[in-house]
Amino acid sequence: MSDALDSAKPIKKPKRVLPEHFKSYTGVWVFIEHERGHAHPVSWELLGKGRQLADSLGVTLAGVILGGTDDGVRALTDEAIAYGADRCYLMQSEVLADYRNQPYTAGMTTLVNTYQPEVLLLGATTQGRDLAGSVATTLLTGLTADCTGLEIDMSDRSLLSSRPTFGGSLMCTIVNLATRPQMATVRPRVMPMPERDATRSGEVVTHALDLTEDSVVTKLVDFIPDARADKPQLAFADFIVSGGRGLGKPENFDKVFDLAKVLGAEVGASRPAVHAGWVDPERQVGQSGKTVRPKFYLAAGISGAVQHRVGMEGADVIAAINLDAKAPIFDVANYALVGNALELLPALRDAFERRLAAARARRAAAPATADTGEHA
Amino acid sequence: MGLARLLICISTAVRKQFNNSPFPNIVHAMHIAVCIKQVPDSAQIRVHPVTNTIMRQGVPAIVNPFDLFALEEALRTKDQSGAHITVLTMGPPQAEDALRKCLSYGADRAILITDKVFSGADTLATSYVLASALRTLDAQQPLDLIFTGKQTIDGDTAQVGPGIAIRLGYQLLTYVSAIRDLDADARQIFVERRAEGGVQVLQSTLPAVITMLEGANEMRFADMPGMFRAARQEVERWDREAAGIEDIKQVGLKGSPTAVAQVFGPKPRAVKAVRIEGETPAAQAEAFVERLFADFPQLEDALLEHLDQLADLGAKS
Repeated sequence: MSDALDSAKPIKKPKRVLPEHFKSYTGVWVFIEHERGHAHPVSWELLGKGRQLADSLGVTLAGVILGGTDDGVRALTDEAIAYGADRCYLMQSEVLADYRNQPYTAGMTTLVNTYQPEVLLLGATTQGRDLAGSVATTLLTGLTADCTGLEIDMSDRSLLSSRPTFGGSLMCTIVNLATRPQMATVRPRVMPMPERDATRSGEVVTHALDLTEDSVVTKLVDFIPDARADKPQLAFADFIVSGGRGLGKPENFDKVFDLAKVLGAEVGASRPAVHAGWVDPERQVGQSGKTVRPKFYLAAGISGAVQHRVGMEGADVIAAINLDAKAPIFDVANYALVGNALELLPALRDAFERRLAAARARRAAAPATADTGEHA
Repeated sequence: MGLARLLICISTAVRKQFNNSPFPNIVHAMHIAVCIKQVPDSAQIRVHPVTNTIMRQGVPAIVNPFDLFALEEALRTKDQSGAHITVLTMGPPQAEDALRKCLSYGADRAILITDKVFSGADTLATSYVLASALRTLDAQQPLDLIFTGKQTIDGDTAQVGPGIAIRLGYQLLTYVSAIRDLDADARQIFVERRAEGGVQVLQSTLPAVITMLEGANEMRFADMPGMFRAARQEVERWDREAAGIEDIKQVGLKGSPTAVAQVFGPKPRAVKAVRIEGETPAAQAEAFVERLFADFPQLEDALLEHLDQLADLGAKS
C-alpha cells in the first residue's frame, strides 16, 4: 500500500531498457472473474485500483470478460463499466461457459496480443492464479503474485507491485523490467470496493474465441458448491472461530463448535491442537495449514506463535481470548479478552445469539419503512 | 534395536531398492515426477541490506510443506497402481538434503538441477529450467504425471506449476484436493479441483501437471529401510547441459523479467488491541459483542446475510 512504500527506502531499480516493440503497449486491464453466474468481488476491487493506475498513466481502464454465451455474462460489461471501466473486452463462447485453464488461457492470450495492454491485473484467487501463471508463461512476460499494493512509478511509467513474502515476515516491491504487459495477481479484500455508478457509460469490444470444444482436452464433469460439500472450507470462510491447546482437552473443543454454530462460522485450530489429535488436520490455520482471510476471526486458547499468525493476520477483525494478558496473539488482535476461554466461549455464544435475535427482530420491522422511505 | 533386527532392516532395504530399480523397458509402470523446493523453515530470515536478497545462512531448511502433499499423493499412486517416482528440484548444492528426505519417504530417484547460472531466477526462469529438465527426463522414461505443491511457503507465487504445464504442453490441474480416478492405460484422470465457491470435478488426460492442495492427504513417516536407502542412494546432479537447457538467456537473473526493487518489514497491524473487561464472563462477553458491532456495524449486516444464506441453502438441500 502507498503508505508502506512511502515509509521505506527509495526504490532502486536494476537498470534494463524496455525494448522498442513493447512501447506500443498501453492501457490498464482488469480480468473480471466469475464462476457459476457470480462475479468475484475482487474484480470490482481491482477496477477501483485500476482506475487510479489508469488515471495516473492517463490511459483507459478496461475490464476483460470471458464466458459463456448467456446474457448474464454480457451483463457483466455493464457492471464493470459501473465500477469504473472505460471499455470492456468481451469474449463469449460455449467453450468458455465454465472456467477451464486451456480455453481461458487461449482467449486471454489472444486478447492481450491483439489489443496490447501495459498492465494486466487479476484476483489472487484459485481461478486468477491458475490463469495468470499460464498466460504469463505463454506470453513470456513477468508476473507478480498475491500483491497487496500497486503504484505507478511516474519516472518511467512502470508498475510497482508490493507483496508479502516469506510467509508474511517481509514485504517486497517487484518491478517488471523488460517485458509487457506487466502482470500481477492481487489479494481479495485488500483494495477498497469502489462506488458503483450505474450512470457511467463505456464501449464494449467483442472478440471471438478461435477454439472449438473438440480441441479442449479437460472436461468439467460436475461442480459441487461449497455449502453442499461436507468438508470444512476454512480458506474461503468469512467467519472463523479457532481453538488451541489453551482449551486444555479435546472435549472442550465442543465449546468452539457451539459458538461457531451460532455465527455460521467455520472452526479452525492451531497446529498444537491438530498435532495433539483434537481436531481434523483440515482445520489447521497457519504456516503448514490454511491461510485464511475472513471478515471475523476469533482465537480461543491460542498463544499466537508466528506460524499461526501468518495464516490469520489477514483477517479484517480479530478477537482473541487468552488467560495470559501477554500472549503474542494479542499483538495482532483488535480485541483482547483476557480470561478463561471455557467460560467465555459459552458466554459469547449466548451474547451473540441474543444480539442476532434482536437484530433480526429489528430488521423484520424495518423493511416496510425502508421500502416506502421515498413516499414518506 | 538388536543386531538381528538391524540386519533384517538392511536386507529389506536392499531388496526394496532392487525391486524399485528403474528398468523402463522391462517394467511397465507409470513414471511420476514430483517437483519440490527447499525452503527456510521459519520466519527468522534476514535480508541483505545492499542487494535486497534473502540471506539463507543459519536458517534451518526443510522441504516446502505444500510439496509434501504432492509427494504423498505420488506415493499413494505408487502404492495403488505402481509407479516410478522421480523427485527433482532446482536449487543450490545443499538442496540435496531435501531430495534425500523425499527418497526416505519412498521416492525412487532424485535429481538436483544445479548450476551457478540458475541463480536469481524468478518464476518464469524457474519454470524454463524445470521444464527443460523434465523434457530430458521424459526422453529417458516417458512421464505420465508431474506433481507439485500449490505454492511454496517462501515465495507464495503458485506460478511455477502452471509455467511448467504451459511450457511442456501438458494438461494443467491446479489446487487439486483429490484424485478420484486414474487410469494410466486409458490415459485418463478424474480430479476434484478447488474453485471459488465450490469444487470442480474435472476429467482430463495424461500427461498432466497437478498442483496439490494442502490437507489433501497426510504425509507418511519414513521407515527405517527408507532412511537407509535414502542415505546410500545417489542424488544425481544435473548442470545446465545435463538438464538440456538450450537458451542460456532464459535462465537465472537474465531470464527473469521481474526483479525485487525493495524489501521492507511489514507494517504491524495498525490498531492496538482494545482490552474488553467485565465483572463476570457473561458481562465481558456482552461488552465485547456490543463494542464489536458498534465499531464494525457492517460486520453485523454481513453476519446476518451470511446466516440467511446458510438457512436458504439448508432449506434447499
